Amino acid sequence: MLVNRKLILAHFWLAFAVFGIALALGAWQMFIRSPIGIWLSNPELYYRSLTAHGTVMGYVFPTLVAMGFGYAISESALQQRLVGVRWAWAGFWLIVAGSVMAVIPIALGRASVLYTFYPPLIGNVFYYVGVVLVVVGSWIWVALMSVNLRVWRKANPGAPVPLAMFANVAGSYLWAWTAVGAALELLLQIIPVAAGLKSTIDAGLARVFFSWTLHAIVYFWLMPTYIAYYTIVPRAIGGRVYSDSMARISFILFLVVAMPIGMHHTFADPQVGAGFKFIHSAFTALVALPTLLTVFTICASVEIAARLRGGRGMFGWIRALPWDNPMMLALAFSFVMLGFGGAGGLINMSYQLDASIHNTQWITGHFHLIFGGAIVIMYFAIAYDLWPHLTGRELIDLRLIRTQLWLWFVGMIVTTFPWHWVGILGMPRRMAYFDFGDPAIAPQALSVTLSAIGGFILLASGIMFIVILARGMRAPQADAGPYQFALAVHQPATVPVALNTHGLWVALMIALTLTNYGYPILTLALSEGTSVPAVYVGAQ
Amino acid sequence: MSAEETHGSAEVAARVERRWATIAVIIIVMMALLAAFAGIHRATMPQPRVETIDPSRLHLSGEFVESNLGSVLEANGNVTVRAIGQQYSFTPACILVPNDTPITLRATSADVVHGILIQGTNVNTMLVPGYISEQPMRFAKAGDYLMPCQEFCSFGHEGMWGKVKVIDKTEFAGRAKGGGRLSCVGQ
Ligand SMILES: [Cu+2]
Repeated sequence: MLVNRKLILAHFWLAFAVFGIALALGAWQMFIRSPIGIWLSNPELYYRSLTAHGTVMGYVFPTLVAMGFGYAISESALQQRLVGVRWAWAGFWLIVAGSVMAVIPIALGRASVLYTFYPPLIGNVFYYVGVVLVVVGSWIWVALMSVNLRVWRKANPGAPVPLAMFANVAGSYLWAWTAVGAALELLLQIIPVAAGLKSTIDAGLARVFFSWTLHAIVYFWLMPTYIAYYTIVPRAIGGRVYSDSMARISFILFLVVAMPIGMHHTFADPQVGAGFKFIHSAFTALVALPTLLTVFTICASVEIAARLRGGRGMFGWIRALPWDNPMMLALAFSFVMLGFGGAGGLINMSYQLDASIHNTQWITGHFHLIFGGAIVIMYFAIAYDLWPHLTGRELIDLRLIRTQLWLWFVGMIVTTFPWHWVGILGMPRRMAYFDFGDPAIAPQALSVTLSAIGGFILLASGIMFIVILARGMRAPQADAGPYQFALAVHQPATVPVALNTHGLWVALMIALTLTNYGYPILTLALSEGTSVPAVYVGAQ
Repeated sequence: MSAEETHGSAEVAARVERRWATIAVIIIVMMALLAAFAGIHRATMPQPRVETIDPSRLHLSGEFVESNLGSVLEANGNVTVRAIGQQYSFTPACILVPNDTPITLRATSADVVHGILIQGTNVNTMLVPGYISEQPMRFAKAGDYLMPCQEFCSFGHEGMWGKVKVIDKTEFAGRAKGGGRLSCVGQ
């Protein structure tokens, strides 16, 4: 039951439009920093472009996908008209307004601070206010998801909350809380300085606030992907979810342990002591647990589909999988990239290993593989799966869809593997260009060129994706039937309260954040003389 | 499927699941133990103390005045290197150090956030204005290393490349005899 299709389509279309623009910027950046495009080098334009790319890809695009998908889940999983449609549109328009407000100063070169803000570098105040509006718009969605679940619970007392909605609401709570770190940094520290009310800022404290957001935000980006793994893939390939409760446990674990670990981004920072770095490192190990559980459950669910299709033997069933089904293809690609990216993440997690690759191109490679690769390829899959239900028309270009997914996978590998390699060699990230004439840097030229080629493969894939969806809007009408989520092998008749509600876990998430962040933040905030003069971007 | 079979398969599923969860937990505990072991046994832990400094007064007095930057041979035979990062260079731009000697790098930033990374080594630290970064280092072989700024520090970031020159320890001791600060700027 998808009633508010226009609302959902608006979110997806805006998401994919800004994604397309940011993707083109990304490819351009990789081209001009490579030896083949060196004559175009202009650092100023490069960092503008990088700020726009990061801001869109980090904040606007995944947030809109999560919101659009969230509304679709709420209506179709709960079988209930969306409550608060006007508020939902208000949230959408806030995001539009915020994005426009942020992008103007970026385009004018007045906010080239990249998406992680980097105080005491301070950009134009409208950039930051724009980002805040985007976040506020998304918080409306968080509230609506919670309200809709509450309305449903009232009508269905004690019934198990459908898995997709349970996970969706967990993801929205995770986002609400993780965004608080950057919100505090923006509201308490950066915006007063950007508006000219203050002239100094504690850069160390700002980095700690931002780390609160910066790690868990990745798990917010990941939520739609994991929801698709559990609740779309098994249905789309004719299987069943191996275990409904394991799925719930995974989402709960993300909610609880994704938050209090962000300080592993500050391993090399002087403003955080060794003790909290160690604690955050240990907690980071924990967050691998839900992913390990998910890999198992999804592989088992896929195996069920294969055996139902006549697959036999220890590994023979793999051949019986519907490999021509785009959903199967996307899942396989996503898992491969998640595997490589996850292995890289385990290296980043360890203080000792991190030292050799901290802030190098390795990190860029790592998160592009996880976010741009494993996560975004499932966003594509979600859109393909939902489109017929949103448009009332059939997506007929199956071959084109497969090609698009293949291109994305290949493009991601070609882009990120060389980045990992030059990262190990110590190539710093966020450089507008390199002096490939320097004999010490010359050997990296080939890797940088390969990455640039990967960037154009990705761009080609992205364009195909948008074309496929646009053509889908004009295809012949066809009734796709009600939108459904995968059933579990043992569909639960009852679920323990702990696996059916979020309260306990939200409380735990907040408590763990406060213990893991409270003391470092308080000591930094209370220490005197650590504020430094702001450096305004573009000021002479 | 009869009710009994359903029940049986649910039990099998739960058992397999529990086993996998146990394996996953063991993997993670092993990783954490390994990290703890490497940290404690090899003493590679992050900087323990948080030290602050006023970046607007660096040039006026204290540890990071211009005349105190560069490498100095301490009485115990160790070497201390002091350096500053600012848009868009390091001071000194070329750091001179001996091989096979325990070295302490102490550095800070005069304006925005920078980073020091010495290519081909594990030396990698952030320079956050207002705070002092301390990093132990040791170079096995003599040679030249590139030392880029690894953190975005505005439009000139890509031009911020320092150098490290590692020379033989006896040669370094000879040069350090006068007790002054050494660097390889201009060499
Ligand atoms: Cu710098």
